[in-house]
Amino acid sequence: MSDAPEISTPSFAMVRTLGLVSVICGIIIVGIYQVTLPAVNANKKLALERQVFKVIPSAKKVVTYFATPTGIIAAEGQDQPPAQGTIFYAVYDEANKLAGIAAEASSSGYADQVRVLYAYDVEKQAITGIGVISMRETPGIGDKILTDQAFLKNFEALDVHLADDMKALANAVKTVKHGTKTNPWQIDAIAGATVTSKAVGRGINESAQTLLPKLVPHLEQLKNKESPHDPN
Amino acid sequence: MTPTKTPPSSFDEFLDGIWKQNPIFVMVLGMCPTLAVTVSAVNAISMGLATTFVLGMSCMLVSMLRSAIPKQVRIASYIVIIATFVTVVDYAIQAISLDLYEALGAYIKLIVANCVLLGRAEAHAAKNPPLPATFNALGMGLGFTLGLFMIGCVREILGAGKLFGVALFGDHFQPWVVMVLPPGGFFVLAFWLIVFAAFRHFGNKRNAQLQGAQP
Amino acid sequence: MSMELRTSPHQHSGRDVPVIMRNVVYAMLPICAFSIWQYGLSAAALILVVTVSCLLAERINNQITCTVNTLSDWSATITGVILALTLPPSFPLWMGAVAGFASIWLGKSLFGGLGQNPFNPALIGRAFVQAAFPTAISTWAPAFSAHRFSEFIPSSLTAPFMTPPDIALWAKQQGIDAFTGATPLARWKFENISASAMDFLTGHVTASAGETSAILILLCGLYLAARKFLDWRIPVSVLGSAMLLAWVFHLVQPERYPSPTFVLLSGGLMLGAWFMATDMATSPVTPRGIWLYGALIGILTVVIRYFGGLTEGVMYAILIANAAGPLLDQFNQPRILGGKRGKS
Repeated sequence: MSDAPEISTPSFAMVRTLGLVSVICGIIIVGIYQVTLPAVNANKKLALERQVFKVIPSAKKVVTYFATPTGIIAAEGQDQPPAQGTIFYAVYDEANKLAGIAAEASSSGYADQVRVLYAYDVEKQAITGIGVISMRETPGIGDKILTDQAFLKNFEALDVHLADDMKALANAVKTVKHGTKTNPWQIDAIAGATVTSKAVGRGINESAQTLLPKLVPHLEQLKNKESPHDPN
Repeated sequence: MTPTKTPPSSFDEFLDGIWKQNPIFVMVLGMCPTLAVTVSAVNAISMGLATTFVLGMSCMLVSMLRSAIPKQVRIASYIVIIATFVTVVDYAIQAISLDLYEALGAYIKLIVANCVLLGRAEAHAAKNPPLPATFNALGMGLGFTLGLFMIGCVREILGAGKLFGVALFGDHFQPWVVMVLPPGGFFVLAFWLIVFAAFRHFGNKRNAQLQGAQP
Repeated sequence: MSMELRTSPHQHSGRDVPVIMRNVVYAMLPICAFSIWQYGLSAAALILVVTVSCLLAERINNQITCTVNTLSDWSATITGVILALTLPPSFPLWMGAVAGFASIWLGKSLFGGLGQNPFNPALIGRAFVQAAFPTAISTWAPAFSAHRFSEFIPSSLTAPFMTPPDIALWAKQQGIDAFTGATPLARWKFENISASAMDFLTGHVTASAGETSAILILLCGLYLAARKFLDWRIPVSVLGSAMLLAWVFHLVQPERYPSPTFVLLSGGLMLGAWFMATDMATSPVTPRGIWLYGALIGILTVVIRYFGGLTEGVMYAILIANAAGPLLDQFNQPRILGGKRGKS
């Protein structure tokens, strides 16, 4: 094709250059990671605590755990749960008593994932509050899940008790049409924001169905801790 | 006017990036973040500054390494360099504010794919010494920031009745929801493009008239 | 010196754009009058403000682009009147003005003016305010309130850029207890209550300013069709396909899906089928294309109403069909006499 043969660069030079570039870049990335890590972790912890305090007002301390099919293990500063594990937060009040469990539920809504944090009350075996972590629902319609009092009332005591075999919820959490809620495990949708309401219900159902069977049999482990291990 | 140590063209190039060759309104590059993160002025400025930082640093490095990088692997090298600084910015924003990090979402990582960056590296930094290259890149970055800011302002004022989070019109302001939705980005971008095009149009006309009058 | 060579057509029927457009405006006057009778001052002011803002937008556009004055072709007037009729009667006037400007600028001027616009400008305006002010555009006012000719519905007079006051409160003060603030379509969708056909025919339903009386719209549309100012095939295929699809659903699950009459008479389907889908600039011209275009609108309307997140689907159905129009034309070119089969 080309009339004048180009001065070909020896492969070695290419490899050398790419290697050099990669080394420089690698050093920069590792450096910035080390520098920012403490601040990033502190930020994450703060953000999580802020969310948890919103759904469990009596909270004083939040400890991250992973629920696995074989038992509960403390997170010890780890970010990702092991295989088949689910992340959840044990929340303790001032007297170091277990005030509740918080966990995240997410499902796709009208625009994007709707991520909510819900509080699970151990005694009532019910969900006692939700807070939105992030969503991009239509302002004025979908974001009513934050403000609509009738909708939030669904989560004062949303029944999620397990079936006798401890394998799944006795009754799946379900979002129903506005005004047709008859059972404590149903969520009354907001008229005009059905898609978002359903996303919340679906997310909570999925999360509760996977988390609670792994968590409830081992609850004593969390309750009887006099001084819960602080991973931070 | 020009800083003493730089060649005379550097400062002009810096200004060019901001106005005459504005990456958003004139070159129409980097539309992905332009449409996606400009829902508020703060988001727009943070995104712009993050991009400016990546632009400046990567162009400087590209320019410094320009004689060492063989032609055949230049794009790969540029991308690696750009990706590095995007990672830097990604961590930095996480460390500064998680809220901002959530608001900007995937678009911080997508700075890698912003054509302004590769365009600058390929068209300018690879052919010029580090100082002018950095100046040019910073000008472009600030031009990009200015563009994002102009869009972000309009969208935040109409879409939320606020500017920098401060309410401007009192409690009863009716937000134009469409402005914070994706279509709003297109509308406002189009509006500014029209304004810029009109400026150029009438500017050219006046120049033509002046030139016609001179001889 | 001067010799004129002309190609066909050699004779003009005398019907140019202004004549057609003016007649469409005439045909809409009874609908406007009925709307004013129902909602009083607010409806009158809304129709006026929206139309004037459309005309103003057109005028400003003429000024900026230095084109000839296009106000006299009546198209901006039509856009304004249709747009006003699709808005709720209690819609704040300033939002109406925003809708007017959006419809002319976004829907028409940007594409190059009348005839170049792929979408119905009035519906573009409505889609814009639907996205911008979702709450206001789904807030409905009661019809036939006692003082409707002496005072405005409070939300109409909202100061520019401000949130309209609550209508439910005002309705209660007016002594209208049964007012729910939901359209028949919303009541069907969320509460499964169907309104009776009689209510629709006489206008005793909650709805947009100009879509309450199905029978009046039908008569006005028939007048236009009879005088050949609109293509009768479009409304027939729109209404026919919607009715057919609704009938099938109703047969399969009568307790879940409403009767075809309800689908036909509720919401904006009548108004859309006769006055918006038939817009000449945005509908196909080939015979088969026209039928398909109408059917697409009817089917999409029913599908959006039944399965979508919105209660009303006519607007988006028409806009989508507008977009599909040129494609329908291209695939349905009639065979030229003597041409080969299968080639267009």
